[in-house]
Amino acid sequence: MALLEVTDLKTYFRTDDGVVRAVDGVSFSVDKGQTLGIVGESGSGKSVTCLTIMGLNPKRTAMSSGTAMWKGEDLLTATPKRLREIRGSEIAMIFQDPMTSLNPVHKIGAQLAEAMRLHEDVSKKTARARALELLKAVGIPRAERRLDDYPHQFSGGMRQRVMIAMSLINNPDLLIADEPTTALDVTTQAQILTLIEKLQEEFGSAVIMITHDLGVVAEIADDVVVMYAAEVAEKGGVEQIFKKPHHPYTWGLMGSLPRLDADVERLVQIQGQPPSMLRPPTGCRFHPRCPYVMPICKEVDPALAPVSDDPGHLQSCHLDEETKNREAAKLLAGMMAEAS
Amino acid sequence: MAAPEKEMLRQTQLELKGDELLVVEDLQKYFPVTRGIIFQKEVASVKAVDGVSFAVREGETLGVVGESGCGKSTMARCIMKLLEPTAGSIKFRGQDITKLSRAEMRPFRREMMMIFQDPYASLNPRKRVGFIVAEALQVHKLGTEAEIKRRVQELLEVVGLNPEHYNRFPHEFSGGQRQRIGVARALAVNPKLIVCDEPVSALDVSVQAQILNLLKDLQRDFGLTYIFIAHDLNVVRHISDRVMVMYLGQVSETADRNDLYKEPKHPYTGALLSAVPVPDPTVGRHRKRIVLEGDVPSPINPPSGCRFHPRCPRFVEGHCDVEEPALIHRGGAVGHTAKCHYPLERWPMTEEEMARPGVASTAAETA
Ligand SMILES: Nc1ncnc2c1ncn2[C@@H]1O[C@H](COP(=O)(O)OP(=O)(O)OP(=O)(O)O)[C@@H](O)[C@H]1O
Ligand SMILES: Nc1ncnc2c1ncn2[C@@H]1O[C@H](COP(=O)(O)OP(=O)(O)OP(=O)(O)O)[C@@H](O)[C@H]1O
Ligand code: SF4
Ligand SMILES: [Mg+2]
Ligand SMILES: [Mg+2]
Repeated sequence: MALLEVTDLKTYFRTDDGVVRAVDGVSFSVDKGQTLGIVGESGSGKSVTCLTIMGLNPKRTAMSSGTAMWKGEDLLTATPKRLREIRGSEIAMIFQDPMTSLNPVHKIGAQLAEAMRLHEDVSKKTARARALELLKAVGIPRAERRLDDYPHQFSGGMRQRVMIAMSLINNPDLLIADEPTTALDVTTQAQILTLIEKLQEEFGSAVIMITHDLGVVAEIADDVVVMYAAEVAEKGGVEQIFKKPHHPYTWGLMGSLPRLDADVERLVQIQGQPPSMLRPPTGCRFHPRCPYVMPICKEVDPALAPVSDDPGHLQSCHLDEETKNREAAKLLAGMMAEAS
Repeated sequence: MAAPEKEMLRQTQLELKGDELLVVEDLQKYFPVTRGIIFQKEVASVKAVDGVSFAVREGETLGVVGESGCGKSTMARCIMKLLEPTAGSIKFRGQDITKLSRAEMRPFRREMMMIFQDPYASLNPRKRVGFIVAEALQVHKLGTEAEIKRRVQELLEVVGLNPEHYNRFPHEFSGGQRQRIGVARALAVNPKLIVCDEPVSALDVSVQAQILNLLKDLQRDFGLTYIFIAHDLNVVRHISDRVMVMYLGQVSETADRNDLYKEPKHPYTGALLSAVPVPDPTVGRHRKRIVLEGDVPSPINPPSGCRFHPRCPRFVEGHCDVEEPALIHRGGAVGHTAKCHYPLERWPMTEEEMARPGVASTAAETA
């Protein structure tokens, strides 16, 4: 049994202009010790997917359905009290926007210690010592001096690292990390990724990593989910997604990468605009922007179906496999040529 | 050995040509560290920016990279006059703006805009997005109500948002959508200089490409000037004409972007370049990073000599920890400067090669 099994998850928001379909039928699972990478377009529903699992959507405007089975218990129907118990101890989340989750009027050290004491019956002194240990581990200089500082006295990347420290304080079974290293330079990022790996080795924790950095995904993920317009466009093992991508959106994404080793005046971008989530496109949601669009794409929503001869690899696109294999090979050959 | 030393004196000064839009000289920003509850006593200071000089020409993009906490955002806020610099000067189009009052700054506000690193904290949570983007246009009375609305809708579209987003509140957006609201807001009044602090960090690579292409198009058509702070070295290379690398409040290297990436001179730059993740699961996992040892130093008590010395793979005892290196001309290219006693002889280098300063160059000389 998977540690977390998400099935047909949907979250809609009521707004003044209508209902926003933020997540529209997403399924995936994560096993103990595994790392799942979630990539996809900005606004495609990655963060809301995770906030829904954690029960953290605004109650007033959000409506959710589907199931999220955590060790056999459905998080979507769990009581608020039970969710509070699970959050921060069994499942921890690093939020995309550190300032929204750090309290601006409380000192960093107190916030970290509080996060620990909420779930474990330890003395203030023990909690403070653990907070210090973690601040050091995430590379905050002179950590003992900084426990008594407020969030605004930290740089963007330091706040992000405080968040990371807070999420690790109770050695969670599942860590959901939403863009945890966007504000970090590459050497600090490497340090944080190593820290997360250590958590996995030591405690067998699972990790869901949402990131736009395809390099990070390639380096740490076991499985990858590619999201587009609130749905899963493609998912599979990391090698399957990077070496044999099967969805035109994934191709567009990989083709847009700026690279250290290539010189171009303009970057390739996927044509057209990101879709409206009030009135998502009919049929395949990518069809208005897809260079391969066929008549059927405008009518029929392609189901997430297995790729033949590639067990575990699922995709949702009407193109025939021959075309897909050819185009994927072309894309990869192009990327290789650029790199040499 | 005589030649580089002569050059040294000249290169530490900024070489100005007269067409610079922005000139920053010896900028410092110290934050007081206070202790005590009722009587706050200043016990030390955080030297967030500690003597930074550079110039940006009109129509140019200066990329800025550096370790988290090294003072990039603080520098940006000083340039925008959102923070009062402790010392140094900032000149915009030849005029010293360092000491200008709020009122005196007003005419410059339209010409200098900033995209903030923390999009959520910089957007008023109680205002709808249409209002937020229109605000500067309204303040400077740039157009009728209808014209302003049209302009805002157009701006939302060019940054890849939908007309349906016009009436929403900031908390109803995804992280990357919020970041693009910040971009639209900065572009609204047609500024001359935009200080971009991590403007694309929350965007997927395709939307990121859309924004980077937009910034480049605007630069080509309207001669915009950018200071572009980012951690993504691929993005910085793509967008920048020149790149400045910062370490612990100071400049450690500057160069034209090609020179910096092909021939980094400072060991910190080398370590950064070696740590860029590679989007290939087979190559990426076996890549050799240059790991920086030791604790990250504090800007309250920066290390003696070269500030990088406690973590530097090339560190030479008795020299690097005693004498502060000057930011001087290094390497063949014009305008390539580095602040290091033992600059890299070539690139790429392994960690072992890095640890033996001088060896590679001696070998090359005898050959
Ligand atoms: N509270 C809300 N009310 C209305 N719409 C919302 C709300 N929160 C999110 N949305 C919308 O739901 C969609 C999914 O948002 P989400 O934050 O999950 O995107 P994301 O994939 O995490 O994007 P990013 O990469 O930019 O962070 C977006 O179109 C967003 O505008
Ligand atoms: N208001 C403040 N009071 C005290 N110290 C501060 C304040 N603002 C920033 N600092 C400190 O100044 C240093 C530089 O911070 P800054 O935000 O400029 O870094 P940065 O280079 O932008 O980092 P990042 O890449 O993480 O955003 C940090 O050590 C930070 O803790
Ligand atoms: S001066 Fe010495 S310590 Fe500093 S970067 Fe150069 S080699 Fe390293
Ligand atoms: Mg998000
Ligand atoms: Mg910053």
